[in-house]
Amino acid sequence: MSNALRRAALALVMIGFTAASALGQNTEVRIGLVLEPPALDPTANTAAAVDEVTYGNIFEGLTRIDQTGAVQPALATSWTISPDNLTYTFTLAGNVAFHDGTSFDAEDVKFTFDRILAPQSTNAQKALYQVIASVVVADPQTVTFTLTRPNGDFLFNLGRGDAVIVAPESAADNATRPVGTGPFRFVQWDKGSRVVLEQNPNYWGQAVQLTRATFVFISDPSTAIAAMLSGDLDGFVNFPGPEALDIFKSNPQFRIVEGSTEGETILAINNRKPPFDDLRVRQAIAHAINRDELIDAAYGYGTPIGSHFAPHHPYYLDLTGTYPYDVQRAKTLLAEAGMPEGFSATLKLPPTPYARRGGQILASQLAAIGIRVEQINVEWAQWITDVFTNKDFDLTVISHVEPFDIGIYANPDYYFGYTDPDFQTIMSELNATTDETARKALAQQAQKRLADQAVNGFLYELAQVGVWNSKLEGYWQNQPIEGAVLTELHWVP
Amino acid sequence: MVTLLLKRLLGLLLTLLVASALIFFVLDLLPGDPARFILGVNATPETVAALRTQMGLDAPPLARFLTWLFGMVRGDFGLSYTQRAPVAALIAERLWVSLPLTLFAMLLSVVVGLPIGILAARHQGRATDTALMTLAQLAIAIPNFWFGMLLVLLFAITWKLLPPGGFIPWGENFWAAARALVLPGIALALPQAAILARVMRTALVDVQTMDFIRTARAKGMTRGQAVWRHGVRNALLPVLTILGLQFAFLVAGAVIVENVFYLPGLGRLIFTAIGERDLVLVRGAVIVLVVGVTATMFLVDIAYALVDPRLRSRGAQ
Repeated sequence: MSNALRRAALALVMIGFTAASALGQNTEVRIGLVLEPPALDPTANTAAAVDEVTYGNIFEGLTRIDQTGAVQPALATSWTISPDNLTYTFTLAGNVAFHDGTSFDAEDVKFTFDRILAPQSTNAQKALYQVIASVVVADPQTVTFTLTRPNGDFLFNLGRGDAVIVAPESAADNATRPVGTGPFRFVQWDKGSRVVLEQNPNYWGQAVQLTRATFVFISDPSTAIAAMLSGDLDGFVNFPGPEALDIFKSNPQFRIVEGSTEGETILAINNRKPPFDDLRVRQAIAHAINRDELIDAAYGYGTPIGSHFAPHHPYYLDLTGTYPYDVQRAKTLLAEAGMPEGFSATLKLPPTPYARRGGQILASQLAAIGIRVEQINVEWAQWITDVFTNKDFDLTVISHVEPFDIGIYANPDYYFGYTDPDFQTIMSELNATTDETARKALAQQAQKRLADQAVNGFLYELAQVGVWNSKLEGYWQNQPIEGAVLTELHWVP
Repeated sequence: MVTLLLKRLLGLLLTLLVASALIFFVLDLLPGDPARFILGVNATPETVAALRTQMGLDAPPLARFLTWLFGMVRGDFGLSYTQRAPVAALIAERLWVSLPLTLFAMLLSVVVGLPIGILAARHQGRATDTALMTLAQLAIAIPNFWFGMLLVLLFAITWKLLPPGGFIPWGENFWAAARALVLPGIALALPQAAILARVMRTALVDVQTMDFIRTARAKGMTRGQAVWRHGVRNALLPVLTILGLQFAFLVAGAVIVENVFYLPGLGRLIFTAIGERDLVLVRGAVIVLVVGVTATMFLVDIAYALVDPRLRSRGAQ
């Protein structure tokens, strides 16, 4: 009798424990981001912050890019590609609903791409999708894309934030009330402060473990430290002050996570302008650059690069030894180019620390070989107008954050003005090739060509340093695409 | 009194007109194309042109200025470039943070500053006076963002009494919202309180040597009674002037303090909008601030007239 009672009591206690631990298990997170998105529609705004909040969380595309940068099925569960690489037939996931309850089918896919390609479209990456000749709905579960020419990056491009699937019923309001198919649905946006997401109970795929996620926008480093230390935030995707990370290093409550981004940081050179049109001058600049010094100035976060390519990519070729740091060699090259005394140039610096701090170091490195650089600080909007649009610059420091963007060198109208028919041939071959081995060989050929031609000063791959509560797991270490995907994030006891 | 009111009102309108023209055209000269900024470096020129048309940037500057001005008169501040939402609504949202914060800071600076000033004046030249005024000098010198960080370190990180920043809408949790404004309010109020204390002290010390105080004392009042009944009211005039000016300082200081405490206030709105070249939003927000500051000045003028009957009659002449 007493035994039975004791057992019952024990059972009760155990139920109590389980219930308590189930209740006590935290399923909410508050995550810091440096910049607040200006709007929440990733198909109409290029700001990285838009993708950080929405990509993979609220919105999904036909494909998705995973942590390693590989293409995975998403709303398209499978696909077939015709032998001529011009026709892609996608089978879509069934039983998918948008957050407002409307159902998802092939018509939404067609609507999404018609909207991207429309004349009045304001999609920032429209050019990437202009290869699409037609989108045909075969049945609600099947959609066929026909391309004008083979495009090796097509499946990757479908996985970008710019190509997430939107519904005709809600697309117009996505900037303020985003409606997607993702595992989280939008709750509210307190402008200037935070965006709140909650678990989508009707999600078609694997349910996420978090019930609620709040993005808080903090750009000031000391404020970010205070918010982390006081426990107001559980994680920071890209911590704004690398100089302050020591505070977290010795604290077991936090974990510092260094990852790679798609940001090739370069000293861009105006190739169309003398004396930079002379290969010897560009080689001299390449020899004058000491990458270690630049990375030290970025508090040691960053991987040296020798061409315009991300080191974590499977096609990467290490070319950092093409023009090693060698002041004497640089001076000789300048003398050969007819400028033994060097010359003067301007260096336009956008407001990021890598540009402003790096610019100072580059200026002194260039001064060592006789290139006298005048540093001009510009704001972002001014950089885009002056440097990017009007090409009014000699040198500038910039990080190119688009994934797999080596193709910009094939465009002679691009701001650094590099015209090279040989390189253009390599690139058009690469774009038309879908065989992996052949693509890799071509991509490496392209990297080598840029390194040899010293088109720009190739500095380092920008790092991303996250700070996370050590009880959180499932965050992305690397940033193969712009986003802060929360699908696997969860608390561990 | 009515003439004074009308005169001041006319001045107010004229100030607003000049300010809005200035704000519009100066911002128009800022380098950087808003459409290109939104779309980034990979957008095609056609896409940028399409967006420029949608944003109404094609029209000549004067036409755009007049559209904007008459729109505002009707309460329509236009559509934000980057957020694609009505500017008026975006600003109104922020005022729910900025106004309570500014008012709280002002109240705090008055409640703390004036008594300290009166206390120092009453102990003029003695140790209390010296100590208080040294502290006030220190408080003026401390930058409020630094003081804010110090407050966070103590109250949020060490003692965990108050949140380190952020804001929860009033409707969601009133007390959480009020708590969120405590530290930023103190950070904002400190230098203002110190200034008020110094001004109050000086004014009161000056007043104490006036004839009417001597008369009051001769009538049998104690020194304290005389200062309290006759001195303080007269000393309030310069304090009122400073208080009016401080409103503008509080708004400017709020930009920095709002960043330290990541509060969604008007200052932070302007700060980010400038970076994003959201000129419609910047203009709207700055105009609201100009209206706020000029309206405060107007109220101070009226308050002057109420405190000092001489001004009333002068206005009526």
